[in-house]
Amino acid sequence: MARRSLSKRQARIAWAFLTPTLLILLVVAAYPLFRTFQLSLYRANLLDYPLRPEWVGLANYAYLVQDAYWWTSVKNTVIFTVVSVALETVLGLGIALLVNARFPLRGAMRTAMLIPWAIPTVVSAQMWRWMYNDVYGVVNDLLLRLHLIAKPLAWLADPHLVLPAVIAVDVWKTTPFMALLLLAGLQSIPEELYEAARVDGAGALQQFAFITLPLLVPALLVALIFRTLDALRVFDVIYVMTGVNPSTMSMSVYARQQLVDFGDLGYGSAISTGIFLIIALFVVLYLTALRVEVD
Amino acid sequence: MRPLRLFSRVGFSLLVLLVFVYLVFPFYWAVVSSLKDPQELFATPVTYWPRHPRWQNYLDVFTMQPFGRNLLNSAVVAGTTTLLALLVGSFAAYALGRFRFLGKRPIYYAILAVTMFPQISVLGGMYVLIKTLGLYNTWWALIFSYMIFTLPFTVWVLTSFVREIPRELEEAAYVDGATPIQVLFRVLLPLMAPGLVTAGLLAFIGAWNEFLFALTFTVDDRARTVPVAIAFFSGASQYELPWAQIMAASVIVTVPLIVLVLVFQQRIIAGLTAGAVKG
Repeated sequence: MARRSLSKRQARIAWAFLTPTLLILLVVAAYPLFRTFQLSLYRANLLDYPLRPEWVGLANYAYLVQDAYWWTSVKNTVIFTVVSVALETVLGLGIALLVNARFPLRGAMRTAMLIPWAIPTVVSAQMWRWMYNDVYGVVNDLLLRLHLIAKPLAWLADPHLVLPAVIAVDVWKTTPFMALLLLAGLQSIPEELYEAARVDGAGALQQFAFITLPLLVPALLVALIFRTLDALRVFDVIYVMTGVNPSTMSMSVYARQQLVDFGDLGYGSAISTGIFLIIALFVVLYLTALRVEVD
Repeated sequence: MRPLRLFSRVGFSLLVLLVFVYLVFPFYWAVVSSLKDPQELFATPVTYWPRHPRWQNYLDVFTMQPFGRNLLNSAVVAGTTTLLALLVGSFAAYALGRFRFLGKRPIYYAILAVTMFPQISVLGGMYVLIKTLGLYNTWWALIFSYMIFTLPFTVWVLTSFVREIPRELEEAAYVDGATPIQVLFRVLLPLMAPGLVTAGLLAFIGAWNEFLFALTFTVDDRARTVPVAIAFFSGASQYELPWAQIMAASVIVTVPLIVLVLVFQQRIIAGLTAGAVKG
């Protein structure tokens, strides 16, 4: 009996402590999410104040499924996500293995790895935009000096080059983050395993294939899903470097253009809801894959 | 064997050097560009070191652009957001990290799910809400909306720290008749200091760097933060971007972040991996 009242008291205190967080999240997350979904069923102009929403049912969604610009933005986002996450994983793993080795100035290297991560995305986008400049940019200058290209390229104007150019910026910015996550995974592998393998005569490649890689899978999986979720909602780097150019426009850029630039609150909200559903699917996968332990 | 060894050591060092240059070069380039005068900036072939460093570019950022105001906006918004998230978040973290109660798991999952939320999915509803509350184009619009990503993240990181603190001290305080709030503030928070620093830093960096909400919920320099300002820097004409100023401003906002990262790198790495690996 005493035990039960104690646990009841515990629960009361816990809920009291949770209340401020839950209230805030209700107002800043749950309500706007619901409101966005609700607005997606209306036609409404952002600039009207107060709003004069007009019920249109699923008309916005009917338009969405046959909107060529939307599908272009989906295609761009998928290409961006798949290519950048794949490159970041491979490069990140390489850098993690490199930094995991002991060498002088290793500390400096780890600090250097945090620099791209700490720089605001907008700032790194502007830095690279300047580096990509077709006439005065350092990228063309370096590639010309190394004889990798014959004449300067218009990185951000050529429709074939612009998406790869933007992906390269994302890879630069987030590879170190990936490497740090993988490095933490690498460092949790017990050294004895490698010693045992060496005693048994396993070479470096065998050690990598049979010890490092299998034990790194959990960290790799988490980093992969984490980055995928991030890449699917990409906005800053694309918006700053190329604006609403159809060659690079991501789902988020398109949603914001409809919502804010065109003031089409209903249709913009329908796009937002579409993005939410796509990402929610990944979040469910993420939580299942991780099987997060609470206690 | 010996020449092979030497060869592989040289190869390794070259690889390390290559990666280092790759990581640092864009920032180096921003610094170099920020010190060039217009003739040198717009000259071919490109020069890799400024011939006559022009420090005036750094002053121009404040005189020719409203950058001082943007910095103030960013500092107030990111600072307030961080403090608020830490305060509210530590209550929740105490509840989630210590108490047993029905519904804990779903609450924890729900908070975790919000951290993975795409901001774009609330943009329309948030815009209408901010307009209705009369917060549009104010600091509060940003502080309010930034709770969506700072608060759940803070709760998450702090909860993992609370779990690692031994219970004995708290129990002793309860025996002495302390209330739960007293225990939280007098016993737990001091022990959580490293966690608070980690969570606070990550929340601050997140808020300082945020772009989508800042772009959408502000219209002028009354509340416009640094990232939006840097994206919108304009020169004498529409076609002529003031690249030296943009790079100077970029360096100005990046240097404090790099210093923070240098000082707190262990904590940041601990926080990132606590957030992502342990879950």
